[in-house]
Amino acid sequence: MSEKSEQQRLSVFKTYKLYVGGKFPRSESGRVYEVTDSKDKWLANAPLSSRKDARDAVVAARKAFGGWSGATAYNRGQILYRVAEMLEGRREQFTREVADAEGLSKSKATAVVDATIDRWVWYAGWTDKIAQVVGGGNPVAGPFFNLSSPEPTGVVAVLAPQESSFLGLVSVLAPVIATGNTAIVIASEKSPLPALSLGEVLATSDVPGGVVNVLSGRTAEIATPLASHQDVNAIDLAGADDVLAKELEIAAADNLKRVLRPQPVDNVDWSTTPGLDRMTAFLETKTVWHPTGSLGASGSAY
Amino acid sequence: MPTTASPAHSLTDVAASDSTLRRFLHGLPGVDAVGLEARAASLGTRSIKTTAKAYAIDLAISMVDLTTLEGADTPGKVRALGAKAVRPDPTDRTTPATAAVCVYPDMVTVAKEAVAGSGVKVASVATAFPAGRAALDVKLADVRDAVAAGADEVDMVIDRGAFLAGHYMKVYDEIVAVRETCGTSARLKVIFETGELSTYDNIRRASWLGMLAGADFIKTSTGKVAVNATPPNTLLMLEAVRDFRAQTGIQVGVKPAGGIRTTKDAIKFLVLVNETVGEDWLDNHWFRFGASSLLNDLLMQRQKLATGRYSGPDYVTVD
Repeated sequence: MSEKSEQQRLSVFKTYKLYVGGKFPRSESGRVYEVTDSKDKWLANAPLSSRKDARDAVVAARKAFGGWSGATAYNRGQILYRVAEMLEGRREQFTREVADAEGLSKSKATAVVDATIDRWVWYAGWTDKIAQVVGGGNPVAGPFFNLSSPEPTGVVAVLAPQESSFLGLVSVLAPVIATGNTAIVIASEKSPLPALSLGEVLATSDVPGGVVNVLSGRTAEIATPLASHQDVNAIDLAGADDVLAKELEIAAADNLKRVLRPQPVDNVDWSTTPGLDRMTAFLETKTVWHPTGSLGASGSAY
Repeated sequence: MPTTASPAHSLTDVAASDSTLRRFLHGLPGVDAVGLEARAASLGTRSIKTTAKAYAIDLAISMVDLTTLEGADTPGKVRALGAKAVRPDPTDRTTPATAAVCVYPDMVTVAKEAVAGSGVKVASVATAFPAGRAALDVKLADVRDAVAAGADEVDMVIDRGAFLAGHYMKVYDEIVAVRETCGTSARLKVIFETGELSTYDNIRRASWLGMLAGADFIKTSTGKVAVNATPPNTLLMLEAVRDFRAQTGIQVGVKPAGGIRTTKDAIKFLVLVNETVGEDWLDNHWFRFGASSLLNDLLMQRQKLATGRYSGPDYVTVD
């Protein structure tokens, strides 16, 4: 092919769309906003979600909750590992998007993407192990087996970190869904493109539609209706500044949502080993008392 | 559209014999299917917001025939349904009551007790609902039972087999017989099961047939088949009741049933009513929704309007 004809080819621009209920809709409002790179150069138009998009996402997440929380932990682990496989296949795309979004060199962006994929695998491994660590048998003074097991909280709204558009995003999203919650993620306001592309990965890796819903737009505009929504069970405020976090926490009080305030790590360093805190923040403890039968003179009936 | 009713006697001879009835029904103008669907779709795009929406939600709640028609219905479930019909949202006493509860004939007594003194009516399906495949005696006995138990309204099904075979007189006579059995104490709703009538022309014919035979209400469907109430078939029936009143002066109600689950859907139907037959029908004496899950969505939307925050299924009953 000659030099000339290559120049004549028109490149195909990608329309970034939301990811809600396993589908890729535009914003219900029809609005978009300009996304620029770290040097204010135009990259793409992203959907500017409205509160109705947030409401639709909650409906989708609620619908998906029964199936996802009811799946075996082993199965969830396999599916999440599959996500990592798909991410691996799109490394170059994510490297480019992260480099553009965060103004990193190619090698640094590659390191971030690799760390992100490793983070995903790390959480995938936890799905069928968390119950042994935070649950178990309790010694009680009576003829009972007493067992505690962790249960997912429900539908969780996640405000993804504003600066770390991909590693930060995965670091807050993966722990939420690994334990069986379903999530509505509000992508970084300034750099939503890696998050929207992550939706494409999730759609092609056996994650049931609605388990993760990705919205882009003004964080405050989308987060406010989610914080007051009666059918959202918890909210992670990682991407909120102090003023917004306070407002959202007040709004969230009405139905006693679990609120995870921005953590010290949220604005500093996503690369350290996460620990279990983000998983246990969105787990409830179910305790079952099971009678062991009557105790005879000789001790236990068993 | 003439608004003055022409003399009623213009239709008196229509049901004189099978052939006159057939001539009349087949002489009705054919339905423009594309136009009908386009009209229904365009009326579905109206944006109803704020105070108009609040009015529409309350109106829709007051028009709901809260329905449970399952083999597994227990007296307890019917009592719970009755309590919900009387006071749909116990946390907000400004919520209107629903129009009626709709149950099988053997549950009418239980339902009557549950809604006693509230003004909520009890409707009972009858005539071998939902298939309607039984002898006329059996169907009439079914109706007598329901009326004797105190049903304020009877929802009958037509014999779709006879209708589709062209035995219009048989269908007509059955409706007349049921109408007589209902007497003066119960209003009669006639269910056509539009999903089984195949064509819009048949729905128009069935509507006229039902109205000629003395139906107080014409109702789309049983809720037991794949296709239930849709905006186009409801629009078609609304046009039929409009034209029937213009010709005879008799007003007949319309009840879409089955498949209406969201507030948005319900408001679309109310727009159809207002634009087709006007305010005279915007009342639960003349328009009803046959539904069960719709009520919860209406209540959640009502709570959203009142508080400004989205509600969830945790805040309404599990039926």
